[in-house]
Amino acid sequence: MSTQLPILQLLFPLIAAPICSMLYNRQLAWLLSAVATWASLATAIALYIATADGAELVYELGGWEAPWGISVNIDSLNALVLLLITGIASVLIFAFPASLTIQWLGTRARLYYTAYLLCFASLIGITITGDAFNVFVFLEISSLSTYALVAMGRDRRAQVAAFRYLIMGTVGATFILISVGLLYMATGTLNMADLATRIPQLHDNKVVRAAFGFFIIGAGVKVAMFPMHFWLPGAYQYAPSIASAFLAATATKVAVYVMLRFIFGVFGAELFFEVLLLDQVFLLLAIVGIVVGSLAALYQDDIKGVLAYSSVAQLSYMVLGIAVGSAAGLTAAVVHIFNHGLIKAALFAVLAGIFVRFQCTRLSELQGLGKYAPWTVGAFGIGAMSLIGIPGTAGFISKWYLLLSVLEHHWWFVALVIIASSLLALAYMWRVIDVLWLREPTQLVTERGAEAPLHMLIPAWVLAGANFFFGIDTTVTLGAAGRAVASLLGVSS
Amino acid sequence: MISLLNYWFVFALMLMGLYVTIASSNLVKKVVGLNIFQTSVFIFFISMGKVADGTAPILDEAYSSYSNPLPHVLILTAIVVGVATTALALALIVRIREGYGSIEESYIQQQDREQSP
Repeated sequence: MSTQLPILQLLFPLIAAPICSMLYNRQLAWLLSAVATWASLATAIALYIATADGAELVYELGGWEAPWGISVNIDSLNALVLLLITGIASVLIFAFPASLTIQWLGTRARLYYTAYLLCFASLIGITITGDAFNVFVFLEISSLSTYALVAMGRDRRAQVAAFRYLIMGTVGATFILISVGLLYMATGTLNMADLATRIPQLHDNKVVRAAFGFFIIGAGVKVAMFPMHFWLPGAYQYAPSIASAFLAATATKVAVYVMLRFIFGVFGAELFFEVLLLDQVFLLLAIVGIVVGSLAALYQDDIKGVLAYSSVAQLSYMVLGIAVGSAAGLTAAVVHIFNHGLIKAALFAVLAGIFVRFQCTRLSELQGLGKYAPWTVGAFGIGAMSLIGIPGTAGFISKWYLLLSVLEHHWWFVALVIIASSLLALAYMWRVIDVLWLREPTQLVTERGAEAPLHMLIPAWVLAGANFFFGIDTTVTLGAAGRAVASLLGVSS
Repeated sequence: MISLLNYWFVFALMLMGLYVTIASSNLVKKVVGLNIFQTSVFIFFISMGKVADGTAPILDEAYSSYSNPLPHVLILTAIVVGVATTALALALIVRIREGYGSIEESYIQQQDREQSP
């Protein structure tokens, strides 16, 4: 049984999805999705424990040996990412029913759960697979289900946002497909471990270099790396709130993971840092992304817009961590994948609760909500503290490590950018808190002001509490990240 | 030059597709551009697997040289993904037309500007 663990967590949601599409009873559809999600969480925890000593689990699909068949590889890095995806989904699943009732889906709610399950399954698939082409297939499954999740927003702009995302996402995924094709031409293999052993002899090969370029652009679109981030604000803003919470916390993080895995586990750090000097490109794009994202967040009226642009800035932190390239920088990037997922899940979960009450998340209409809903706004405040990086919260840990890694290189200017952007984060989150807590209530708020429904408030508080927990006890995140980085740098050197 | 003729066509189609996707304002034309772009990648993979004078990959003692089936199998998957993407894109266009009464991007943007304060 335990030898089958690596593939089991993928199979639960993948098998549940088609069954779910036939369950016209809404409660049953929810129950099936929830059970599949929790089963995946249990498997992810078991896998985390199994890899806690730095072991790597390899599972060969259908018993075919690795370079010929498709293998599933679990090491410390993807065990941590799996824990993030399944953990956040397991908490958010409680908030799904209430959030979906106001989408007027009726019996079509089952299809929404199906899309969610497919997205969830494919995100796990991307994370565990050891085959380059498999990454493309799962990436497209997750993208297609994401477009559907986004398009179900009630505003007509949701469909336009989904369409724009579809165009950019498909071009990006096709770039990754081209990259995989070029890699296969140059090396004759698709297995990641096999690729990693063959590419070091081909550093001067133009096909491999072209493959790397196509891959960076393709993955950059999925990560929403500046300047390929234009799909993100619209998609997060107009998607149904609960989908925003799920996607903001998981989808882009998995894309960052893919980038890490390919740069260090396939192409090799030497090609990235020493031959092609891509780290300097990444550094520049990260700095611009951090500044532009933070500034844009300052001018949004929709709270979801604030969070979406802040995501652009925060994802650039992870790109910066990759650009630094040292063990400390990569640790910061990996920990930030986890912590930022927690932060955004908590904040968007609160917004989903607010949206259920007011059918809007605009700052100008929600003034003074704190007087009527102190618990709801309080959870938001904790998420905001973690986003800014106040000591004692998860956000602080990753920012602190990022700052240390930058100072290690004596990059004073970059350190200044990190501090300045933290101040900007304080400014744009304070703006939201100020309007929600300190202003006089608007008419809408006095009429309908109330706490978010309890089964949305509790998940939000659980996620907010997790921000404190992982801000104080860092054995899970830093421990796994340290082991992951050691193996990443070990593979490439 | 001639031996790489397929790849010249691939890159011509790829750039044409990308240009149409980016430059056209009509949403359906964007999808058409995307399809041309994806098709160019399909041809790229199929050309890659072809071996000169090779037959279809069937095990038979009469033949010793045959094409590489792997890229062809991969591209079958990619074609399925492409069909699904096109179907979803067209479904979205139908919904956009219901909401905005148009599939011209400039007109949609204009309506969005008027709607948001």
